[in-house]
Formats: sequence, C-alpha cells, structure tokens
Amino acid sequence: MCEACPIIDWAKELPTVGSFTARLVSDIMNDFIVWYDRYEPDQKPLVGGKNASLGEMMRAEMPVPPGFALTVEAYSMIWQDSSLVNDVNSLLSGLDHDDYAQNVDVSNRIRARIEMSPMPEPVVDALGVAYENLCAHCDLENLPVAVRSSATAEDLLDASFAGQQDTYLWICGTEPVIEHAKRCWSSLFTDRAIAYRHQMGYLSHRIAMSVGVQKMVDPISSGVAFTLNPSNGDRSQVAIDASWGLGEAVVSGEVTPDNFLVDKVLHEVFKRDVSTKLVEYRLTTAGVVEKVEIEPDRQSQASVSDAELMAIAQLARRAEKHYGCPQDVEWAIDRHLPEGENVLMLQSRPETVWSRKQTQPLRSGGTDSMASIVSTLVSPLHKKSDT
Amino acid sequence: MTANRFESPFELNGPEGVDGWEDLYSPSSSFGEARRNYEDNRFWFWDSMHWGHALTPWDAYFFEVALASLSQMNSRHYRIPPADGVDFRILYGYAYLSPVGVDPSKIEDRVPQFMERAGFYFGNWNDLYDRWLDKVKDTIARIEALDFSPLPEMEDLEVVTGGVGLGSGFELLKSYHQFKDLVLEAWNYHFEFLNLGYAAYLDFFGFCKEVFPSIPDLGIAKMVAGVDVDLFRPNEELKTLARKAIDLGIARAFDDPEHVSLDGAAGAQWQAAWDAVENPWFNFTSGNGFYHFDKIWKQERSIPYGFIRDYIAKIEGGEDITRPIEAITAERDRIVAEYRDLLSNDEQREAFDSKLGLARVVFPYVENHNFYIEHWTMSVVWQKVRELGTTLAKDGLLAEDDDLLFVRPDEVDQILWDYYANWAVNAPTVSAAKWGPIVERRRAIHAKLSDWKAPKALGEPPEVITEPFTIMLWGITSESVASWLGTGSDDGITGMAASPGIAEGTARLVFSPEEVGDLQEGEILVAPITAPSWAPVFPKIRACVTDIGGMMSHAAIVCREYGVPAVTGTGFGTNMISTGDRIRVDGSGGTVTILD
Repeated sequence: MCEACPIIDWAKELPTVGSFTARLVSDIMNDFIVWYDRYEPDQKPLVGGKNASLGEMMRAEMPVPPGFALTVEAYSMIWQDSSLVNDVNSLLSGLDHDDYAQNVDVSNRIRARIEMSPMPEPVVDALGVAYENLCAHCDLENLPVAVRSSATAEDLLDASFAGQQDTYLWICGTEPVIEHAKRCWSSLFTDRAIAYRHQMGYLSHRIAMSVGVQKMVDPISSGVAFTLNPSNGDRSQVAIDASWGLGEAVVSGEVTPDNFLVDKVLHEVFKRDVSTKLVEYRLTTAGVVEKVEIEPDRQSQASVSDAELMAIAQLARRAEKHYGCPQDVEWAIDRHLPEGENVLMLQSRPETVWSRKQTQPLRSGGTDSMASIVSTLVSPLHKKSDT
Repeated sequence: MTANRFESPFELNGPEGVDGWEDLYSPSSSFGEARRNYEDNRFWFWDSMHWGHALTPWDAYFFEVALASLSQMNSRHYRIPPADGVDFRILYGYAYLSPVGVDPSKIEDRVPQFMERAGFYFGNWNDLYDRWLDKVKDTIARIEALDFSPLPEMEDLEVVTGGVGLGSGFELLKSYHQFKDLVLEAWNYHFEFLNLGYAAYLDFFGFCKEVFPSIPDLGIAKMVAGVDVDLFRPNEELKTLARKAIDLGIARAFDDPEHVSLDGAAGAQWQAAWDAVENPWFNFTSGNGFYHFDKIWKQERSIPYGFIRDYIAKIEGGEDITRPIEAITAERDRIVAEYRDLLSNDEQREAFDSKLGLARVVFPYVENHNFYIEHWTMSVVWQKVRELGTTLAKDGLLAEDDDLLFVRPDEVDQILWDYYANWAVNAPTVSAAKWGPIVERRRAIHAKLSDWKAPKALGEPPEVITEPFTIMLWGITSESVASWLGTGSDDGITGMAASPGIAEGTARLVFSPEEVGDLQEGEILVAPITAPSWAPVFPKIRACVTDIGGMMSHAAIVCREYGVPAVTGTGFGTNMISTGDRIRVDGSGGTVTILD
C-alpha cells in the first residue's frame, strides 16, 4: 500500500501538523467560518488559497461580492468519524495506481462515501447560520451563491493540484449549500488529485479543504484584465477581454472576446477590437446556468461601455498596486447593482509572463543626461505616432 | 503617382507669367546652376507649417534670417553631432528646406564639443534663460525706439546748439541698418535655446518610448508641459477683460466687435484695464508672425473684441471659463507619479527623474519663445516696416504705403540713399520712377505665385528620415514622405495623435486668419496649420486637423491645452477634406475619416 495515500485520524494528528492547527485547537476550535471582510492574512492556512485571495481583496477594499469561508477545521471534523477513515483507507489501500479504470472507480467510491456521510452537526449549524446571515446581508431569501473549493497545504506553496477546485454556481438555499460544500470536500479525491498526490509523494492528510460561499454575481458581461500590454509588456496599459454574460464563455474559448487596451495613466481607450460574440452563459428564468445564443443586434455590440472599461482598468490597477506586481484579474459587471458600483472583482492573480522577464538595462546613455542626449540625436528612436 | 523621388527643382513647371520672380528674393535663396549638383541631390520639403503662402520680399527676408539663425546654432555654436544647418531655398515664392547632416566620419569628433557647449547651457539654463528674457526685451525696446518718421524741413535747433553734427538723414539710414541687425539679433536669440530644448525633450521622449512602448506622445507631452505659460497669457487677459466688461455693465458694447464704443466712466475704466495689459500681451498675431498680412491684436482690435464678445456670451451663459490652474497642476503631478510608479527599477526611476527634470527646465523656453519672438518681436517689426513704407510713400519715394513690401530689404538701401541725398541737396528723387513699375510687376507676379499649388517636396528623399529636427519640429517622417509619394498605405488620413478624444462633425477648411471667424459652433477646424492666437475659437470647435505639425507644433500644444481632439501632420488633410464634409477625428489614434 502506498504510504502517501491513507487518511489518518485527524483528531490524533492535530497537535503535530503545524502551527495553524495548534492555533485552531487553542483559539477557534469551534469557529468554522471566516467572513471575507474580517479575514486576516494569518488565517490563510485555514481558508485555502482561493478564499485567502478573496479575503485579501476585501481587505484592500476592492469590490468583491460578499461571502465567507468554511474553514479546513470544518473539513477535519469529518475525519473524526472513524468508520469514514477506515472506509477511505481501505479503498485507497487496494488501489493499483497504474490502473486508470480502477483509479476512477476508487475515486468515485470515495467521493460518494464522503458525500453520503452527514455533515457533522456543529458544521451544519455554523454553515447554516452563516448562509442565512449572508442572505440577510444581501436582503434576499435563498440567495444564489457560488460554492467553491479552496485547498490548502501547510507545506506547499501551491495547493491547486490537490483537488479539482470545483466551483458550483447558482446554489440557492441552505440544504443545497451543504450538499455542495461536501462535494467540494470530496473533490480532494478526484482520480486526478489522487494520482497527482501519489506521483508527487504528497501525503493526503496534509492537504485540507476549505470551502468558499460567495454571493453569486449575475453579470451583464465579464472577462479578464491584465495590468500590462501582453504584446510588449508596457505597464502603462491594461488589456481587457470582455464578453456577454458569465466568464465561462471567455475562459472556455467558446467566444472571441472583445479586446481593449486602456491607458492606465491617461484613462483613455487606446485600442478597441469588438468581435462578433455568438453565445453567452447566463442565468435562465428557471434558475440554471445555460449557454444561449446572443440576439443578433447584441452580437457585434461592445460588451462593455467606455465608462465600464475605465472602472475595470482602475480596479485592475488597484489590485496591481495592492499586490505590488502586475496582475491578472477576473471581473464582472453585475446586472443588479447601480452604475458606478457594478464592476466587481472575482479574482486577482500575479501576471507571470512579463513579470518573470528580466528588465533590460536602459539603452546607451542611461542616466547620464548628456551621453543620452547625444545618443538620442545620433539615432532618434521616435517615429510617427504609435499606431 | 508612385515613384521613389519627387520632381527636381530644376524640372518643375511653375505657374505661367511669372518671369523674373527670382528678383523678389535674395540670390542666395534661389536654386541655380551654380550649385545644381548639390541642390539636385538633396531632399527638399515645403515648410508649409511656417510658410504656407507665397512670400513677398520682406516675408522672404525674415524666413532667411530665421533659417540662418537656426542653422548657425546647430553647426557653429553647439556642434550638434549629427546635424548641421537646415538649408533653405525659395522656389516660385515658396519656402523649401533641406536639413544638412554631418558627414558620419566627423560626428564622433563633434561629440566632445557638443557635450561641453550644450552641457554648459543645460547646466546653467535658468540663469541663461533669465538673461535671455532681458536680452530679448531690450532688443524689442531698441526696435521700438527706431525712428522712421519723414525727414524734417529743418533740423531742430538743439542739433546745432548741442554740437551734434549729425542729421536726421544719417539717423534714418543708421536706424534702417540697425533695424536689419536687430531683426537678425532677435532671430539669433530665438534659436539660442530652441534646438537644445528640443534635444532634451527628445531624450525624455525616447526614454519614455523605451520603458513604455505604447505610451501615447500625448502622455509624454503632458508630463513636460508647463502650467503657467506666457504663450497662453494673451487669451487669459481677454477672459479677464470680458469679465471686467460684465462687471462694469458694458458687456453690450462688444456685441458688434467692429464698432465698439467705450463711453463714460465705465468705458474709461475698461480702457484703462486694456491699456495695462496691451503691452506686451496684445502684441499677438492672428497668424504666426511670419507674414506681412498677419493681424496684430493691438492694432486690429475687432479680432480681440470678437473673442471678448464670445467670452462674455459664455460667462453670461453660466459657463466657467477660468483656466483651472490647480486642477491642471494636480493632473500633471498625478500623471507623472503614475508613470513613475510603473517603472521597474531604480535605474529607470533615476533616469526618469533626471530626464523629466531637464525636460521641464528647458520647456518653458520651448513654449514661451513663441510669444517673445513670433508674436511680440515680430509685431513690433512689422509695425516698423509699415512705418517706413508710409514715410517713403508720403515723401513720394514710393507710390503706396505697402509698395515697400515688394522691395527687397537690400534694395531699400538704394531708396533710402536716394531719399537722403536728395533731401540733403533739396532736389528731385528717382525712386518713384524706378521702383513704381518694378513694384507693379512684382505685385502681379506675387499674385500668380499665390494661386499656385506648391509641391510638398522636391528631389530624392533619404531612405529613412533620421534627422532629429525634421521629425521633431516638422513632424516629417519616412511614413509621411511615403504618403506624399503615394507609396504609403492608403487607408484614410493619418497623422500625429496630438490631442486625445474622438469627435464627429462638419469640417470647415480655414486657410487664413481672416477665415477663422467663419467657424461655427461645433464645427471641425481643418487647416494647413493653426496659430496660437486662434486659441479663443477652440472652445467652440469640436476637433482640429492640420496638414503639418509634430507633437510640439503650435497646433498640438494649443489643442491639448483646450482639450480639443486633434490630429496634426496629416500631410494633405486640406486636399482630401472639403468644407461641409462630415468627418470623424480620432485624436487618440491619429486618424481622420471622411464619413459623407
């Protein structure tokens, strides 16, 4: 049997798995909820990368839809059920990692076993209260929320491999939220995650799962923004991709999004490329997310106004300033919020391509003014306007 | 036309019936066999940006003085490593230029000379600029003091009792010689700082393009541009006077700018306010100061009165026409801070600080010299030319007051000698008989030259335009030359993105200052070039398109100041657009589209 795979008894292990769990035990043993707007950076191990990032954005007063994290402590509670531990361990122990079909089968069975187990009572209570508070905060019963996994691993920088990072959209009501939180937990045991951990020799019990519950945005349009010009690395511009409806259409590549370059400093649209967008993902009246065809007159219309572009660019710039490096931002324009407050930030990650490039030393002249002027006169590099 | 060179100046067909046109200009400014080899192997472009009309002899003289002064600073004073002077010719009345590069093998030798000389100016810029202001004001005062009034019947008694021993005739000849010297002096001063100023600006410009490859030229200009600029002062004074007229209850007096009567105590009070600022601020020309026909505000009051009327209407309509100095300063500081914040490392920040610092030190000169020389000095200069013309006509040396404009400055010496000698002898003069027919003939020639359409360029262009001043001052690039040749991509009208924003509207072509008044609210101004004194019309136009001009051309500076979208340096916008066309001007992208 693979020694990386088995789940061990969390209750026994807790004191040894690192500082955050020690803190868990002593201070907030019963606190399964961290609200994004009260997030503190030292809670990152409790809430996982994705939730931490949302909390961080909220700390920076960025317009992030409200929500909370169900901490890894809640997840650890399920492993107090020794029959669950035994069942999962026995499923894993018989697994031949080279057998793909068996891998899938074991994964399905573990996931079903986890999802079938009742959520521990204190967790149900905490989650139920938190969700109701969120509904009250947004002034909407059965508030639609996004339920997403947010994995954490105390000794790994990037825990994103650990699960599918499942995201469930438009979940309404306490019971469905509980169901989908369990699915997020079980997504630690997708065939891919099991295989990956096995290959890398990571210990299953060192990976934990937090769950994010966030108010669902009903976007008129959405997309991504890079805080630099991806074609030349110019940091004075923001590149914005935008399309109608939810971001899925852009992410999956099902539409060619509208593409804009916005000048961060002069607040001008520098370049606009409006494409023909045939489909969008949107909430139907039946309350489900569906891919629908876009009406002809909206297909070639810009999916964001100039004012919205400025707001998106400004938001992206704020994230860049806050994190101190170029960012790759997901944004959405909420259908129900008033103009001026309707541009929301869903995610912000460091931009990686240009940021990793070594900055070139300045061409001849550099900081010596006279030498630089001579070089400018001898080979003027300016040319007709940058079109 | 698709070719790789323009017509030779020696093969060009000029207008009919202009034989002898060369006599209007200095021999040194004509193409000719003596230098044919040199001239035929060069690229010449028509500087329609500064000299868009056929030149009279006096217009031509100031053109020659300006170009010689510009050249001298590059070649002899500062030893600009790659650039000597800008050679100049007049062909069929039009001003052609050809920048002269330095033999590449000699550039290296000039670098230390340039470093030492230009370095001194950059290092002592503010002191030297203060001195420059004093020098120029003194030069202007000396020009103003010149006396071109008619010679007296009898010298004043004091000339005798004072033991002066010199007479009015001598003083007149001396004054005329001094006048020519003082004009040259003023134009030497004009270029004392200008090319160095542009070089420092260019260096910052190049740096910005290196660290922000897509930065609009406008972003760079905004970081450097001054806030409190003398060039904008005349227009600001008009706003103040408009407010004053309202406060004094005499706003209605300006309803007809052609007939403004300022009666009573309020009128006198307003007049006093005008008088307090007239000198120097209304020594402001409606053109660019290079032409005899340019109107000067303090002399043609209907022009500033018309602008005052428009400002009165705006103030009465509840509009705030104050220039928001604080907001402009804050915006400039914000832009600088944002760009600086986006730099990658300390080396870049250090270079940014020092280059921007220098660019800002030099820029007040770049912006303000235009007021001191083109407006103020040239207003006084043209006034003196007219004074002399009136005197010569009065005493019968020439038939009309403005006949003098068709006599070359060197020829005027002959007339003045005739005047002086025969005043001394008290005998008949010869000038009227000699110059009368010549002036008449030249007037006719000049009229024909004025109707002729001069070609954009002559001779063989270099493969790539690298001469820094050609690009910076005239906005002429390899691309614009290609479009003149008809070899460039032909997708509409393109130019410099000089002032951001997009606007659609009806075009109105304006070729001379007289036509500026025809502009209607909401129209788009399309002109070969605009002058800073047109500024008061900018609040009412929707956009602006010019044929010629770089980022630092007068048009670009004024458009940015007044927040009007502008595309400059389109090459031939005035050829392709007609008055009444609906056009779209994209001042951010540098394109103009004719809609219908």
